[in-house]
Amino acid sequence: MLELAMGIMLGLLGLGAGCAMIAGIGPGIGEGNAVAKACEAIGRQPECKSDVTSTMIMGCAIAETTGLYGLIVAILLIFVAPGSFTGILKDAIK
Amino acid sequence: MIDYGLIAMMILPILACIALKVLFTPASEGVNISGALVYWQSEAGLDSPTSLYISESQVNSWAVIISILGLCLYLTHGLTAKASLKRQLVAEWIVEKSEKLVRDNMGGFFAEWGPFITAIMGLSAFSSLICLVGLFSPTGDVNVTFGWAILVFFLIMHFKFRGGLWNYFKGLFKPIPVFAPMNLIGEIATPVSMAFRHYGNILSGAVISALIGSALTGLSRSLVGWLPGVLGDMPLLRVGLPAVLSIYFDVFSGVMQAFIFAMLTMLNVAGAVPWDDWNTRRKKRNKPEIQNTAA
Repeated sequence: MLELAMGIMLGLLGLGAGCAMIAGIGPGIGEGNAVAKACEAIGRQPECKSDVTSTMIMGCAIAETTGLYGLIVAILLIFVAPGSFTGILKDAIK
Repeated sequence: MIDYGLIAMMILPILACIALKVLFTPASEGVNISGALVYWQSEAGLDSPTSLYISESQVNSWAVIISILGLCLYLTHGLTAKASLKRQLVAEWIVEKSEKLVRDNMGGFFAEWGPFITAIMGLSAFSSLICLVGLFSPTGDVNVTFGWAILVFFLIMHFKFRGGLWNYFKGLFKPIPVFAPMNLIGEIATPVSMAFRHYGNILSGAVISALIGSALTGLSRSLVGWLPGVLGDMPLLRVGLPAVLSIYFDVFSGVMQAFIFAMLTMLNVAGAVPWDDWNTRRKKRNKPEIQNTAA
């Protein structure tokens, strides 16, 4: 019984970590848009290249934040959650 | 002679950290993704809320602090008016760049904040870069980045309260009182997002590097494992590719995040000052008006 419950729990944690990383889609689209616009701007005004590039990198890094939240949730689910959930399961089944 | 001492001051803490890590790392096989090693802990145990422990991230960040101190002393040792040494030019370049950065982004009122911002940027950058010598990056530990973010949070709050406590609490209920919880969350979200952004970037780089290393080890074991003797045991495919990826994940990402952390510190602190309310309060006390001269 405990083995079955453990297996289901670990599988669902892995599944949850995978689902959490769906958050990676958003920053991908957002950063792609930002870089595309930056390329357009550089093409229009090549003399502004350094300013545009630094602003773009700054914006990209901030747009990444939502994806990183998803990543942190996934990492917690894989590395931290099994340890604490196993104890809860053992207590519940005893 | 002092120069050699200062160079030793830069290198020796890092070597001591490597030695400490080698002594404390448990023997293991295969993939090993874990947090910071715990060097010392009080008797309460790690799970207890009263536990006190010294982990790898703290020791490594102390080593980084000492190395940066050594670097600063080395760069500024033996200054002359005519700049006869190359390192004096480097030191002057760093000071000029940091003051220009702070002045451009924060305005004239904060012109003296250059050293603080440069300290944050340097500590963060070197803490991330320390993983190039095989040590655990202190910035890959959420406690370290959260500590820095809380420091920035206190600075932001200090300047927000300059407009008066009552004005600050009234500001939370704008534009309509329903927004109060959201404004409160917004206040707390600033340090949380700064800490998680830095930590997540560095940690994801470390995790991906470890995964790629273990995958290449397995691949080379199955592809060239038939070679005789030592050649078969060596993970030959691990030569080269992880180093190329490390340029992005460790060097670029680490330096970028340091710059962004410093940039967000500047923007948040400079944007927190309520100039109108502060000047109204100063006028009541017969003090001169303060203006933030741009650039």
